Amino acid sequence: MTYEFDAVIVGGGGAGLYAALEASQTAKTAVVSKLYPMRSHTGAAQGGIGAALGNVDRDKPEWHAFDTVKGGDYLVDQEAARILSEDAVRAVYDLENRGLPFSRTPEGRIDQRRFGGHTSNFGEQAVKRSCYAADRTGHMILQTLYQQCIKNNVEFYDEFQVVDVIMDGRTVAGVVAFELKTGELHTFRSKAVLFATGGFGRMFRITSNAHANTGDGPAILARAGIPMEDMEFYQFHPTGIRGMGILITEGVRGEGGILRNRDGERFMERYAPTLLDLAPRDMVSRAIMTEVLEGRGIRGDGKIDDYVYLDATHLGRETVEAKIPDIQDFCKTYLAIDPATASMPVQPTAHYAMGGIPTDIHGRVVDNSGVYDGLYAAGECACVSVHGANRLGTNSLVDLIVFGRRAGQHIADFVKGADAPAVPSDAADAARVRIERIREARSGNGVNPSEIYTGMQSTMMENVGVYRDDERMAQAVSDVQELREAFMRIKPQDSGTDFNAEILGLLELENLLDLSLLTAASAKNRRESRGAHSRRDYPERNDDEWLKHTLARLTDDGQVEIDYKSVDVSIWEPKPRTY
Amino acid sequence: MTVTLEILRQNPETGSKPEYRNYTVEVDKTDRVLDALMDITRTVDGSLGFRRSCAHGVCGSDAMRINGKERLACKTLFQDVVSESETVVRIEPLRHLPVQKDLMVDQSEFFTKFRSVKPYIIPKEEVADGEFIQSQEERELFDEATKCINCAACYSACPILDENPKFLGPAAIVQAARFVRDSRDKGLEARLEELDRPDGIWPCQNKFECTRVCPRDIKITKLINLTKREITKYRESRGETVRDGQSS
Repeated sequence: MTYEFDAVIVGGGGAGLYAALEASQTAKTAVVSKLYPMRSHTGAAQGGIGAALGNVDRDKPEWHAFDTVKGGDYLVDQEAARILSEDAVRAVYDLENRGLPFSRTPEGRIDQRRFGGHTSNFGEQAVKRSCYAADRTGHMILQTLYQQCIKNNVEFYDEFQVVDVIMDGRTVAGVVAFELKTGELHTFRSKAVLFATGGFGRMFRITSNAHANTGDGPAILARAGIPMEDMEFYQFHPTGIRGMGILITEGVRGEGGILRNRDGERFMERYAPTLLDLAPRDMVSRAIMTEVLEGRGIRGDGKIDDYVYLDATHLGRETVEAKIPDIQDFCKTYLAIDPATASMPVQPTAHYAMGGIPTDIHGRVVDNSGVYDGLYAAGECACVSVHGANRLGTNSLVDLIVFGRRAGQHIADFVKGADAPAVPSDAADAARVRIERIREARSGNGVNPSEIYTGMQSTMMENVGVYRDDERMAQAVSDVQELREAFMRIKPQDSGTDFNAEILGLLELENLLDLSLLTAASAKNRRESRGAHSRRDYPERNDDEWLKHTLARLTDDGQVEIDYKSVDVSIWEPKPRTY
Repeated sequence: MTVTLEILRQNPETGSKPEYRNYTVEVDKTDRVLDALMDITRTVDGSLGFRRSCAHGVCGSDAMRINGKERLACKTLFQDVVSESETVVRIEPLRHLPVQKDLMVDQSEFFTKFRSVKPYIIPKEEVADGEFIQSQEERELFDEATKCINCAACYSACPILDENPKFLGPAAIVQAARFVRDSRDKGLEARLEELDRPDGIWPCQNKFECTRVCPRDIKITKLINLTKREITKYRESRGETVRDGQSS
């Protein structure tokens, strides 16, 4: 079938829903999502939204912007960070007015708590900036925005997986989507398309990400020839539940939780004397890995899967139950412990992509030749860049509400002056051929897709993890290339058309493989250490040669071409980063 | 340990009759049931249909009946459902919603009922600048109801829906209660029509099945009763009776 809209929003998480709300003010808007409503991974975000409301401590957006820039190891575009910090305040009030049930101060205002790397007065001391709703802030954002979409009659296409973008030169014309229910391909003709498909943490073995976080938007655009920005910067959150990767919010440390090694030592004192456990995530993850690799993990065997303890027992049962109730629930369910009385075993978990689809401050997709007309991206799949080389805690939610909203507003304006695009009748053919190739019955044994999945997750975890070097990353690039070839020989088992979830899983795997390649190749190419990209063989930041964004393009023959783009350092001069 | 998953399979597309099929898998007792389902679909039978996403109990995708009780597959560990002597785990789709394939059910009806209670804020007053002021006590009044993830476990467990498929159902009432109890909202009056009718809130007979299965530990039955009480109070204050189809 062919559908016609002014604006198509791909993805129903926080960025997508906020954009849909704004765009639908003037544009005929559809949200096309591979999931049912409210299943998106925004709902798993726990800790809060950073915004300088100053409800608890004195605060200013300018300080928030500075922390963001410094936290990102100066690879942040500074004007974008300024907009982020200023719009954050407006967006938080807007969400509150739309019903978001924030936790409250004794005066009845939005309550705020500490989070890693957020300080007052340019690094002086930790500041209470994170606006939160217990430890389910993301859940509340998702609920609130979906509620508002119902109120405003936004149209939804649930369980439609977008598999291709339709471009007319550098102008978007629509998308092609696969309907889970029927297995049919549909064409959405649209003046504007926004990708808000979230992250791609599933390329790693230990991750906090949902199974659905497979980078569909970036992979689709990468195959359309659009370069991906800063893919080498992937955040490992310091505190995932050992072995499972389930997130333990930084809010635990914001409330006073302490990381300890096997000797019970508060080891962050040695790594970040001022901010301690609330240093930025890249530093804390490295500190944990160093403790583990030097034999001070809890087991003490120096192996990469050893862990440390996150201790919240001194906070008291009342605080645990009021401020981190879901964490308590996770710990009881998966670890059979109560964080009010026992320490939590944690290790770094693949969490967040700082890089992604390059956009400007309006969410428009850009490369070195300029803007792609009508094409937008927002949220984790986009790279504005406000996170640079390392994202601060809470800034993911800030990013999606600020830039989801801004992109939606820009779309509302853009479609008024745009002509309806022409879509060729064979627009869905490329996607159809791709799906038929995957479904093709192969003689013999074929390759089991699970081997490819496991192989990819293992090589990315071991070779493109917290600590990296040239040899390991070269190994990852060659492993992923082999896996991409093996993918051509997979053997699917489900021959049905209705509700064939297997085919969707394979399309997702293909997306992850392409993004793994871009990630590993971008990482191998950057010969310095900056933020989350930490190399044993190049341990220092090198501003002379590497203060620039990477643009990595996937070529038609499956190679990666690297280009660069300058960083906006118009406000603060890059300085060494200490906490 | 070795366990057997006894999964109710069906595929309306091929017209096959529902039948239990057994899958024997090696698991750790601390593995999630979802891990085993993922393993089956990736290595044994790619045609097994189920939904999943977050894998830690916050997205609501993988509610199903495990040994006859509604649970999230990602929040159920094998040690919760098997023992030394009993290593068979029966897995079936949710009830009261049409099966699409295997463990996937069509949730359209569930979401239609959800939308019918106006699950969005209808502000009492416009706030000029900044935020609404709400005390911690006022915020606490509806905290419980905000935890709902719309997984439909309660909708499947509710015995009232066996007899009366038109019943609004527990989850939609929880959503209504979330706004009825929010000091910023116009509250009950705006949602009276949907709640105070014979198939609205009144069919609930306090069977507590919803509360028993809720993976978010929401005291659903209590919220339903509190809301019923609000409605009765509202009607009485106007010299009216509730519209449960029985009062005159």
